Amino acid sequence: MTRISRRAALRALSICMTSTLAFGAGSALAQDGPVKIGYAVARTGPNATGAGITTIPNYELWVDTVNKAGGLTMPDGSQRMIEVVEYDNRSANEDLVRSIERLATQDKVDLILPPWGTGGNLAIAPLMARFGYPQLAVTAVTDKAPDFAARWDRSFWMLGGGHDYAGGLVDVLTKARDAGTINNKVAVVSVADGFGIDLITGARPAFAEAGFELVYDKTYPLGTSDFAAIMSEAQGSGADSFVAFSYPPGSFGMTKTAQSMNYNPAVFYISVGGAFPIYPGVADGKAEGVMAIGGVDAESPAIQEYFTRHTAFVGSPPDSWASAITYASLEMLAQAIERVGLDHAALAEELSGGTFETVVGEVKLEDNQLRDLWWIGQWQGDAFRAIGPADKTGAATPIIPKPEW
Amino acid sequence: MSRIILPLIGLALLAIVPLIVTDYGLGLLIGAATYVTLASAWALFSGQTHYISLATVAFYGTGAYTVAVLNETLGYGAVLLCAALIGGTIALVVGLATLRLRGVYFVIFSFGLAELVRQLITWYEVNVTGTLGRYIFLDITTRQIYWQMLGLAAITIALTAWIHRSRLGMALRVIGDDETVAAHSGINLARVKLLAFVLSAVILTLAGAITSPRYVYVEPSIVFNPTISFLTVIMALLGGANRLWGPTLGAVPLFLIFEWLSSNFPDSYPILLGLLFIGVVFLVPNGLIASTERLLGKAKGARG
Amino acid sequence: MLSTTLILGLVLGGTYALLALGLTLQYGIARIMNLAYGEFTLIAAFLVVASFQHLGVPPLVALPFVTIAGYGFGWLLYQVMMRPLVARSGSSGRLEVDSILATFGLLFLIQGVLLVGFGANFTSISYLDRGIDVLGVSVALNRLIAFAICVLAGGALVVALQKTRWGLIMRAVALTPGSAPLVGIDVNRVARQGFAIGSALAATAGASISMYQTFSATGGVVFTMKALVIVIMGGVGNVPGALAAGLALGLLETFVATAIDPGLTLAATFAIFLLVLLWRPQGLFGART
Repeated sequence: MTRISRRAALRALSICMTSTLAFGAGSALAQDGPVKIGYAVARTGPNATGAGITTIPNYELWVDTVNKAGGLTMPDGSQRMIEVVEYDNRSANEDLVRSIERLATQDKVDLILPPWGTGGNLAIAPLMARFGYPQLAVTAVTDKAPDFAARWDRSFWMLGGGHDYAGGLVDVLTKARDAGTINNKVAVVSVADGFGIDLITGARPAFAEAGFELVYDKTYPLGTSDFAAIMSEAQGSGADSFVAFSYPPGSFGMTKTAQSMNYNPAVFYISVGGAFPIYPGVADGKAEGVMAIGGVDAESPAIQEYFTRHTAFVGSPPDSWASAITYASLEMLAQAIERVGLDHAALAEELSGGTFETVVGEVKLEDNQLRDLWWIGQWQGDAFRAIGPADKTGAATPIIPKPEW
Repeated sequence: MSRIILPLIGLALLAIVPLIVTDYGLGLLIGAATYVTLASAWALFSGQTHYISLATVAFYGTGAYTVAVLNETLGYGAVLLCAALIGGTIALVVGLATLRLRGVYFVIFSFGLAELVRQLITWYEVNVTGTLGRYIFLDITTRQIYWQMLGLAAITIALTAWIHRSRLGMALRVIGDDETVAAHSGINLARVKLLAFVLSAVILTLAGAITSPRYVYVEPSIVFNPTISFLTVIMALLGGANRLWGPTLGAVPLFLIFEWLSSNFPDSYPILLGLLFIGVVFLVPNGLIASTERLLGKAKGARG
Repeated sequence: MLSTTLILGLVLGGTYALLALGLTLQYGIARIMNLAYGEFTLIAAFLVVASFQHLGVPPLVALPFVTIAGYGFGWLLYQVMMRPLVARSGSSGRLEVDSILATFGLLFLIQGVLLVGFGANFTSISYLDRGIDVLGVSVALNRLIAFAICVLAGGALVVALQKTRWGLIMRAVALTPGSAPLVGIDVNRVARQGFAIGSALAATAGASISMYQTFSATGGVVFTMKALVIVIMGGVGNVPGALAAGLALGLLETFVATAIDPGLTLAATFAIFLLVLLWRPQGLFGART
């Protein structure tokens, strides 16, 4: 109860404050009215969890921040407040598609922010293209991003593909093996849905090329809640590295199971959920050395400031993977609007070619994709720090072997 | 004659509506037409026999998935035909095995069926084809989707009307009342039930196939969304599953209410939805049509 | 490796069986097909976690309170919501359909309240999850506790149903609700009790699940499905059947995961379930005709 009502109160407060500000600032605002920004996110259904962690808090934080500062700055220097139109897509693509049609043709919003998830972003891509809206698809991990960027030239893909993450992982493991810290055997499990399969199909050839042997390689269905059998097989496989391309319930379940059965591989890697702020709690304070997908440069002042602001507004810190990118995409949008205004074509061109200053540093897209990403991170101390690509500025040195649970 | 002419006029009007509405209006029409089709097709089998099936999404999802698999190799018409054949075959096999189950056993079986189909497709894709997540890039406009769905809805209702008058409908009604009596009166129980089940399943499969181009990206967890099965049942029962226009009268208002709730109360949508369901069960137990008739009957002083 | 499979399977099965006990009572005695069953367990799980995180109450201490609260909740719910449906349906078969629809609404209602109250995040706590050596296999302590709770609750129920007069009345209502009143049984009261005890068991299961599993406000339907599968396999209203079916399912899943392919565990569950339905709709251990 408290969380939502506080958020609602904050929202109301910010509207009050900004409207008084608006009166004070005078005429420039009053003429144009607010910028309408719409989004259809999952408030209910299976996607509500992902959207509730990564997407919705960042949208709300950004709108709040912008409005408190007087609104979005237009090219002529005037400021316009943001007015949000929000729908629940009920985690169903049919409802999502209709909501986008509604935002575009009924509400005639100025901009549309994307939903959470690969499937959702793909479902709306043709519509966004037809209506001409730029689409900053953040929470979509897909190896076909280059094709999509070419097919819909106003779509931007900002979280890489399965091959990238698998490659980042294999790089870290290869270095450790060459240094003699781990053997060349790997046990890997993957969740049977688009995400897990993308990663494992990217990982198999990458592992083979680097000379690793996959001694245990299985998938498990979405919705599996018991990992005792899987972990026991992995433990018996003789691999020094345990890799899971998993979703949060799996990532958490495997961590706990590994702890309870005292399974201590030199490398313990999980995927979504590993970078969540609640992970150290899930691991009973023993997250040190656990690797996972994503990562942030925890030493960067911009990231630290963003984490503080997020914690103050939402009540919990953001996750250390897609949250910062989501927020960065919105900062890009604001800066692009400041440079070229709200015209969709100009906006798309600016997003595609411009350089932006964001919480994840300076961002410039390549072929409508964000490629300068962290592929892998590790819990070190009280932060989830990025460790790969190793040559990217801010990369921490991996700790291998992981300390025992 | 008005029984035939009025619906035809309505159909013609509905067919030209997309020329004047916005894209969102069209989206609403597609959604409503889809649920009218699903609820009517569901009632075609379940309305008369009282077999509550939660397998709607097993067929709907199969249809969508068939399009996703075949859309790059076959023409659109052939894809639809394949979808119908696959849906019909599954229904035939499943029906042969299961239609002797009654009551809650059938309910749960049908739910399990949807999950089983989804798990098997997932496993097959992961282990045999190595891809999960397929793309549908078809040159089909939203209007075309609407017209196809409207056509399917019309066919479903016409078929239901015809069945209601035929020997098959009579047989289904007797089965719904009492299977033992039905068997004694010489009705071939298995064949009648199977026929209605397969017909209904083919329509459900086609509905999934027709809407699938709107998804673009298809994954088993997306198309086998169990909520669809539940919504279909609720809609059909709200209107009155054993009446010709019952499912339509349940589907359209409920669909619009869901839409209104989710856009105006995104935070509390599930709570309101839950209350609405409970309200339906308590206030209109026999469906809207029956309740309205009873009210009218009372007003006019006990008519029939 | 066989002993590992056996032990892991039994422990998993115990947690499954515990989940199913309440549903089999609710459906067997009260004749309410409760689709919101999983949400009942979630309420308990969230309450336990909240009191653990904010008040520092250990889950094992909270468990009996949650169980009692579950009883009260079930009692009230039956009185307010189910009783009118039962009264309305009389002896016709309507109740089945009505209860499915009404509890489906309840499912959304509870899910919405949980979402508003606790947010959409995954919830997971760390409590008693150190490993315990069981015949050479390391099993998490919280799982063993859940297993023990299952054995205790299931055993107590079996004894109470078989050996006491109260149990006799319960069984009479479960078998022939129509003729129970003829021998002076207040069917309404017994059904209410059955439903409330079922809710209390759901709360117990939820409290023990919260100790070892990650859950979120939208995940209740998974619990409902698992419980349903077990209830049907064990025979509706059949407590020993549910215990046996739960254990069997745990063994099956563990066996499939280790010997065949973890990707097929859920498919195997449903396949077995469908086979049981076809071959013995009264359940593997069902004595009902």
